[in-house]
Amino acid sequence: MAFTNEQMERYSRHIILKEIGVKGQKKLLASKVLIIGAGGLGAPAALYLAAAGVGTIGIADADAVDLSNLQRQIIHSTADLGKPKVLSAQESMEAINPDVQVNTYQEFITSSNIMDLIRDYDFILDGTDNFPAKFLINDACVMAGKPFSHAGIIRFKGQLMTVIPGEGPCYRCVFKNPPPKDAVPTCRQAGVIGAMAGVIGCLQALEAIKYITGTGELLVGSLLTFDALTMEFHKIRLPKKDPDCAVCGEHPTITKLIDYEQAACDWKPGEKV
Amino acid sequence: MKITVSGETKDVADGITVTELMEQEKVETPEYVSVSVNEEFISRGDFSSTKLKEGDTVEFLYFMGGGSAA
Repeated sequence: MAFTNEQMERYSRHIILKEIGVKGQKKLLASKVLIIGAGGLGAPAALYLAAAGVGTIGIADADAVDLSNLQRQIIHSTADLGKPKVLSAQESMEAINPDVQVNTYQEFITSSNIMDLIRDYDFILDGTDNFPAKFLINDACVMAGKPFSHAGIIRFKGQLMTVIPGEGPCYRCVFKNPPPKDAVPTCRQAGVIGAMAGVIGCLQALEAIKYITGTGELLVGSLLTFDALTMEFHKIRLPKKDPDCAVCGEHPTITKLIDYEQAACDWKPGEKV
Repeated sequence: MKITVSGETKDVADGITVTELMEQEKVETPEYVSVSVNEEFISRGDFSSTKLKEGDTVEFLYFMGGGSAA
């Protein structure tokens, strides 16, 4: 596949990087990334991945754009209020870069659909806001051997880690089980500074791009935390993969995906998470 | 004695336990925080019996939601 003149120009700032070059840009165009959640984290990640020329981007989210989303979910605009988030996100991505094939999945992830959703993708980006979804993504990716980026944000803090099954600890190695409902504050209860979603979502996009192009070191075996009040990043070296981990350990006890129940940032009574 | 807590050097009482350190550091919702000492996870049940030593590196790992309902 040869680049058109327009592509050479569009991706020139990537191509000039010795770590990316024509080869890396071709890898990006041939790659497939699934973003789960078109919210605070997914919005900036989707925009940068589309701009970067990730050839196929899947976006999964069951929600419609709400006024309270617009403080941070910059892929949606005021004119999109009430529109399914995946459609609004698709329009924004296609507007930035027509090279990108966007696949939309207007559904909540569950134990019954996640394996089908992740199957065709090279890298998964967890932009969800709730622990049942985060554990479900971790377990499904471990079982399917799919690399993914986990992230979370609250108030003025954010964190992320990258999981490559078999190469380092998984999310469950670190956090074991979801906290009980309402035990840990959510963004809805505690708030989040909008730009934090931008910082952490962009870092997730960077991890996806680095994974695809084989550039640099990934946050595998590390949890990177960021505190906006002190402007400090802290990279925590995680323990090795836990041999007793319930999903990626030597004798896994979780062999079937679990649908946990719990409240989340944008959760409303009666809504499935 | 000196230990490193979340990347910062701290002066703490000799033989302080993980539970005591969590209280001293005002760790929010400590029952849902994972702890590593020198890059090894400490089981929750061992927090109160695990005494820290000079030069130990302690990390608190917090649950963080955020993002979008999906």
